Amino acid sequence: MVILALAILTLGGCAALGVRSVRWSTFLGVASAVAGCLTGLIPAGRVLLGAPTQSLRAPWDVPYGAFVVAVDPLSAFFLLPIFGLSALAAVYGGQYLLAYRSEKALGVSWFFFNLLVASMALVVVARNAILFLVAWETMALASFFLVTMRDDDANVREAGLTYLLASHFGTAFLLALFVMLGGGASSLDFDHLTVGSHAGLLFILAAVGFGTKAGFVPLHVWLPEAHPAAPSHVSAVMSGVMIKTGIYGLLRTLTFLGPLPYWAGWSLIAMGVTSGVFGVLSALAQRDLKRLLAYSSVENIGIVALGLGLGLVGLRAGFAPLTVLGFGGALLHVLNHALFKALLFLGAGAVLHSTKTRDIEELGGLLKRMPWTGVLFLIGAAAIAGLPPLNGFVSEFLIYAGAFTAAVSLGNEAAGPALAAIAALALIGGLAIACFAKAFGAVFLGEPRGNHAAYVHEQGWAMQAPMVLLAATCVLIGVLSRPLVGHLAPVLEQVTALPGSTVHEALGPVTGVLGSITLGAFGLLALVGIVIAVQRTALAGKPLAAGPTWDCGYALPSSRMQYTASSFTQPLTDLFGPLLGTRRHFSAPRGFFPQAASFTTESPDFYREGFYAPLFAGVQKGLSAFRWLQHGRIQLYVLQIALTLLVLLLWKLAQP
Amino acid sequence: MKPSSLLPPLLALTLAPLLLGIIARTKAVVAGRVGPPLLQPYYDVAKLTRKGAVYSQTSTWIFRTGPVVGLAAVTLATALVPFGSSSALLAFPGDVILFTYLLALTRFVTVLAALDTGSSFEGMGASREVTFAALAEPALLLGLAAVARRTGNLSLSGMVSHATLAVWRQGTPTLALVAAALLVVFLAENGRIPVDDPTTHLELTMLHEVMVLDHGGPDLALILYGSTVKLWLLGALLVGVLPLHGGDPWLSSAAAIAAMGALAVITGLIESSMARLRLIHVPKLLVGAGVLSVLALLLGWR
Repeated sequence: MVILALAILTLGGCAALGVRSVRWSTFLGVASAVAGCLTGLIPAGRVLLGAPTQSLRAPWDVPYGAFVVAVDPLSAFFLLPIFGLSALAAVYGGQYLLAYRSEKALGVSWFFFNLLVASMALVVVARNAILFLVAWETMALASFFLVTMRDDDANVREAGLTYLLASHFGTAFLLALFVMLGGGASSLDFDHLTVGSHAGLLFILAAVGFGTKAGFVPLHVWLPEAHPAAPSHVSAVMSGVMIKTGIYGLLRTLTFLGPLPYWAGWSLIAMGVTSGVFGVLSALAQRDLKRLLAYSSVENIGIVALGLGLGLVGLRAGFAPLTVLGFGGALLHVLNHALFKALLFLGAGAVLHSTKTRDIEELGGLLKRMPWTGVLFLIGAAAIAGLPPLNGFVSEFLIYAGAFTAAVSLGNEAAGPALAAIAALALIGGLAIACFAKAFGAVFLGEPRGNHAAYVHEQGWAMQAPMVLLAATCVLIGVLSRPLVGHLAPVLEQVTALPGSTVHEALGPVTGVLGSITLGAFGLLALVGIVIAVQRTALAGKPLAAGPTWDCGYALPSSRMQYTASSFTQPLTDLFGPLLGTRRHFSAPRGFFPQAASFTTESPDFYREGFYAPLFAGVQKGLSAFRWLQHGRIQLYVLQIALTLLVLLLWKLAQP
Repeated sequence: MKPSSLLPPLLALTLAPLLLGIIARTKAVVAGRVGPPLLQPYYDVAKLTRKGAVYSQTSTWIFRTGPVVGLAAVTLATALVPFGSSSALLAFPGDVILFTYLLALTRFVTVLAALDTGSSFEGMGASREVTFAALAEPALLLGLAAVARRTGNLSLSGMVSHATLAVWRQGTPTLALVAAALLVVFLAENGRIPVDDPTTHLELTMLHEVMVLDHGGPDLALILYGSTVKLWLLGALLVGVLPLHGGDPWLSSAAAIAAMGALAVITGLIESSMARLRLIHVPKLLVGAGVLSVLALLLGWR
């Protein structure tokens, strides 16, 4: 069934590539993406609801094993967002991309989009290392071509190059990982992999290799470049699900590695704290809406890493409640982040589409002009800030609860990191509220700050319907977390390798607690209803006047006098300035009649500027010594090749 | 659910405005004035509900919904905080997280309503509010984690019912440090001196009051009432950590109510005896509260 889905996706993509008419290639691309995704959702849903693992094994000509794919609970759990989101993004993209129809061949874009979806699905069902790596590379390349769709822009080319480099940096570690895993056996099928005595080293390789894709700090540098450059529906898929394949890879590797020492969990928690705090602080400092969202993905991956780390610590300590809460929270957050991040990217895309700018400082007052997009973006913003009664709260709650449990019941080696996780989550939570209050407030509230935002209108249904569905799912998971969390049990059993009875026993109290949260969510909704009624009654029959915003007596307020997004976050970015490396350029007004004054700030990526730029500059300097080899004369190149061959031949002959 | 669990929300919803009255009266007495009646906050709320409203042309439905969601969230939070010997209406392991995030929800909608007016003043207030709250949140949660670790309990009601005299005797430094951290959080989150001065509107250093500058009539009544309930709840958290219960339930409830009154008097004395800190020093105070919480945790290390 999954193979059928993959076939539909690939064939549809090829067909879209082959057709010349814009309308037909869009239709073929969208229709095949939706059909393929819906087909793929069926086996994923069945396995999650309790059907046995389906697998398919076919011999092929590639050495080291066979063509093996399987859908087990872990794969199915990741297939759900991959297919679900991609279908919605395709519907959205069908309308979104039409704006570029005069400049770009849309068929190419649809070909790569479908290829990306198919390769992501293949990554999570592959059960052979070679197949896995081929799918992994296809995924990287397909998304590379999607990122560089608007390659007439130098920034986009630069972003694409960064992405390609980072991607291959990660893959290099994965190659080493699988070579070491397969070293003991002659087959690279996942069933035959052997760990040997290097579990710790393998864990590091996996954390770096998969962490690059997931966006752990400091391996995240490609993420804030590539995600804003891509078309918005592709950003949604990349930020929502593609980076989660890194988490999937890490989890899959954990199932091979078996028990790990404490430091594995500690290092994931440390990585989570760094990624979470750095991600949200960088997001705060951005004025490009899509870049802000990209950095917030780094933050959320950090939260997922916190959950995974707590789960690992729980496994090592043999304390099932912590294991279940940590891994369960992390898994649920993977799904939740896919939903609200996609929703936010699609919302940002609608804003970009209408206003032609991503600069937050140029926007404002869009809620009146784009009421639907505004409400949906607000739901996404509240969900990602972890506010009840939405889904972000539920997954963060599980991770928090795990940390509190560890802090109360376990010894120092587990309680210490758990307390660090609590502090980090609390700080991240507070900063995320600031960040998304800024994002929503500056874009949708107040008055327009420029002409970009003044004359806009709402987008068509094809761009809104997917957002409505995503927002509805955010609310549903938030309100109905109790019945849903039980379905995580098979996935948890597989990841933790704990017996089913232990997992169920540990999940029992969690379900009870989530019942209270569900009750709280309904209580909140009911109370909102009651207070609205009170407000209505109090206002009934009273004079309601409309006037300008009160400005303390100043007579002519203009929209340029509004507080800007950068001013809004200035206290925080100043406070954490050393972590951000914000640069200020300030020329003060001078004299009695100042002619010119200016003030700008920029927040380049701290790690990119402080670590990678010097590193690559050093590499370039070191390698430039060999530049004389590259002189451009073909005769000499041929001579070099011949000489090399000769030397190799002599070397071979000289060997006994 | 025990019938006595209805007591904490009922007390919070009825007595909360009285705290403001006590604070104002204390300040008046210290300053040698007569001061407004103790029930003045109730009169204020009643007066505001009888008025109409003026809405800015810039604002949208967000501006009108902010006060509603804010009050609903703190009202739900009254069901999570125990009082005296009565456990909370909704008590479960980790309820402290829901409590913190309900307060965060209140803050989020208040900030959005402030930004909705497009006014620079309200933007400034909102900006400061989110800054200070981001620093106060770790102090609050770490402090409560210290209590949880000390008492071996994960729900607020469990923590409070176990913070008895016997536990205090074993771990006075831990619990005293937590109480100090909670006092700072109480003052900061409610916008009291030394973090914010609730008696003025127009000084540019304001936080909470400036965010609600454009609200009027019933909307302002909702905000005013909601902020008194929040004052009560954070106070009840602080009082709950103190060893005031055990024995007769009526006696412990009475003791807790008396402690709330005393807390209001102390707040009034703090406000009479010191000035508001300069804004750039407020983060130091809040980080200091976080450090107190961390110290409390380190003292309870085992």
